[in-house]
Amino acid sequence: MKKQKTKTLRGLLLGGGFVAVAAFLFTGCPSQQGMMDTGDAAQKVYVAPGEHDEYYGFFSGGYSGQLSVWGLPSSRLLKVIPVFSQDPETGYGYSEETKPLFETSYGFIPWDDSHHPHISQTDGDADGRWIFINANNTPRIARIDLETFETKEILELPNTGGNHASSFVTSNTEYVIGGTRFSIPYETDLDVPIDSYSDEFRGALSFIAVDQETGMMDLDFQIVVPPYNYDLGRAGKGPSADWVFFTTYNTEEAHTMLEVNASRNDKDFIAAVNWRKAAELVEQGHGETISAEYYHNYYEGKQGYAINDVKDQVTILDTREIDDEFIYYLPTPKSPHGVDIDPTGEFIVGGGKLATVIPVHSFSNMLQAIEDGEIEEYIDGIPVLNYDATIAGEVENPGLGPLHTEFDGRGYAYTSVYISSEIVKWSLETFEVVDRIDAYYSIGHLMITGGDTVDPDAQYMIGLTKTAKDRYLPTGPKQNHPAQLYDISGDRMELLLDFPTIGEPHYAQAIRADKIVDQVAQIYEMEENDHPHALLRIADNRVEREGNTVHIYMGATRSHFRPDNIEGIKVGDTVYIHLTNLEQEWDVVHGVAIKGANNAEILPAPGQTKTLKWEPTRTGIYPFYCTAFCSALHQEMQGYIRVSAEDSDVDLAWRTGTN
Amino acid sequence: MSFLKLVSRFVLLSTLLFALQACGGDDSDQRSAQTETEEPGLTEFELEHGIGPITERIEVDDEIDQELVTQGRNIYEMKCEMCHNMEGRMVGPELGNVMERRSAEFVMNFILNPSGMTNNHPVGQELLQEYMTSMPFQNVKEDEARAIVEFLRDYNQNN
Repeated sequence: MKKQKTKTLRGLLLGGGFVAVAAFLFTGCPSQQGMMDTGDAAQKVYVAPGEHDEYYGFFSGGYSGQLSVWGLPSSRLLKVIPVFSQDPETGYGYSEETKPLFETSYGFIPWDDSHHPHISQTDGDADGRWIFINANNTPRIARIDLETFETKEILELPNTGGNHASSFVTSNTEYVIGGTRFSIPYETDLDVPIDSYSDEFRGALSFIAVDQETGMMDLDFQIVVPPYNYDLGRAGKGPSADWVFFTTYNTEEAHTMLEVNASRNDKDFIAAVNWRKAAELVEQGHGETISAEYYHNYYEGKQGYAINDVKDQVTILDTREIDDEFIYYLPTPKSPHGVDIDPTGEFIVGGGKLATVIPVHSFSNMLQAIEDGEIEEYIDGIPVLNYDATIAGEVENPGLGPLHTEFDGRGYAYTSVYISSEIVKWSLETFEVVDRIDAYYSIGHLMITGGDTVDPDAQYMIGLTKTAKDRYLPTGPKQNHPAQLYDISGDRMELLLDFPTIGEPHYAQAIRADKIVDQVAQIYEMEENDHPHALLRIADNRVEREGNTVHIYMGATRSHFRPDNIEGIKVGDTVYIHLTNLEQEWDVVHGVAIKGANNAEILPAPGQTKTLKWEPTRTGIYPFYCTAFCSALHQEMQGYIRVSAEDSDVDLAWRTGTN
Repeated sequence: MSFLKLVSRFVLLSTLLFALQACGGDDSDQRSAQTETEEPGLTEFELEHGIGPITERIEVDDEIDQELVTQGRNIYEMKCEMCHNMEGRMVGPELGNVMERRSAEFVMNFILNPSGMTNNHPVGQELLQEYMTSMPFQNVKEDEARAIVEFLRDYNQNN
């Protein structure tokens, strides 16, 4: 291991001298720092003790699999919501209630890679009912409700390899979209040679319908498309609200060494999908139902155990089979990564990561081109439109490696540029760059407060960067990923803060706090506790045996458990501790952990019931205790369970309060 | 206390008051309400019947309302019994005879405003010192607190 004194020379960070020189030649001198006077910056992010931030920021965890919640502008971490990865801190993925959320057609999967959180919308504006987030690796989409800030549902997507172009919502949350980054054979478990790629592999674009009352997801249909890599997606807005757009790369159909082989074509495509028409075609019976195994995991009531609903079929629309046109390809330079739609719904901005310009298509041009038949060719029945007919402008000199664009609603776009590690601001009127600012370092997504809606607030911008290097005190060979907070309320972008985050904050969304703060629950109301093993009558605390299975119905309040002395458990038993937190006061949490349990703690919130599974393997006395520092007498909050030999005749007994 | 100290305290106090008033605004009502409860100057009613949402005597019929008793029992068994016994003290005081010791309004105020009672009421303060555990608010509504009172009255009459 090499200890290295890093100077913040951008060239060092670019990973290659050639690229560095190219970046320099291309972009000229590094931009001015754009850091405002330190005192001003500090004042802008200062939120006094006890005061609240203006925005909730939801940052994906990337390879942590979770979703973190931040207060903006102070950039204080408020919470980490566990989604796709087990979380021993809260018992998520360890408790019996949450374990079923991790079931897939491949079995129990304790981890994933979460990328793009997206807040539900009404009329193209974020409404704060739910937030969706995708799992990249084993393709899934999760729904988190923004009353309890808990994951309530996870839906697996079949026929998909790498659900990256996900989980963006349409204007009224009619659909959440998914897309396969890696095309794969469509039929379940098809065992074919990899070099049959062009013949056997196909892409899948998924349309998940959302119940407007409950938020429950249902895979309505998938569109079968040519075997490219479908990278990112976004829904249209206003006039383009019936459309969603996906970027593609690897139109070369490479299946090895994509770094080189998928970078040959000058243009790949943005796929424009008229989802409303596609949905109508499905409704009219043009779809085909094929078998596909996938899991839908959710809670039926307010509490209890998540259930696994195993699906066995999906409806597909194959562009090769259907005469009606509902999907078009827009040629776009070059291996485009992001596709972003401006607040008016008119501009479709491609992030051509290998392109020397930022291509901007016009939605109205696109409709005109379709009407005028400006079609260059058909690929598997998909019309490829003429580039000159759809393009509205190309932003020159955007830096090297433009990726993602967000908008301020005041006529400007902001594009993250990976290789030259900067953000460029450009005009949607002139398509000229008007400002640029450094990112630390290697920026991926950026996010504008209230962004990707018809009405961004555009007060702040967050840059989500991939390496920290020398930005903070060193913490070993790997540093946490950073994010930067910029003020974009003025003409120039100004850096306010640079802070480390959790996992890989891949994409983020921020919503004005006043849109959701009043709906946030403070307790689970005991009267509404519908958990099948809840302790709703304190006198009913008890231990029940059914063969080798033992159920302990336990209550917790400050500062004791009921029951707290239990005997008659035997080696070989499977013990379920159903702990109901009987508190009804905000933020008073109790937990339970028991010595030797091969499990995490459980940590029920006020009014919540959680279940810990324990399989004792040795006789003895097992202390258990409250893991949450709940009161002055927290240390007294404990109990004992006696475990006897398998053939012992110790009777089942439980008690509390009488020594 | 020396005269000097007194003067300096007075100056400090008036400065503070001034500062408070100068920065005040439409929350002045809230502040004065808070001041009232923080000071020992409780009203006759508050001393007798507790501090909380119940601010005047309620009608309590001699006859027990059995429907209300059932409702009160259910709430008691879900939200109170972890810490209270009817006979004998536990985490908190025994409740079998509480209706002999306290008025209906006092019991309701204690259920509805436990932290206010233990912080600001002499009886609440005394109980906290004795039991060393603050009674939590259990998300009980006013009509539910009334039902619990009926359940406690019923128990008291029949035991």
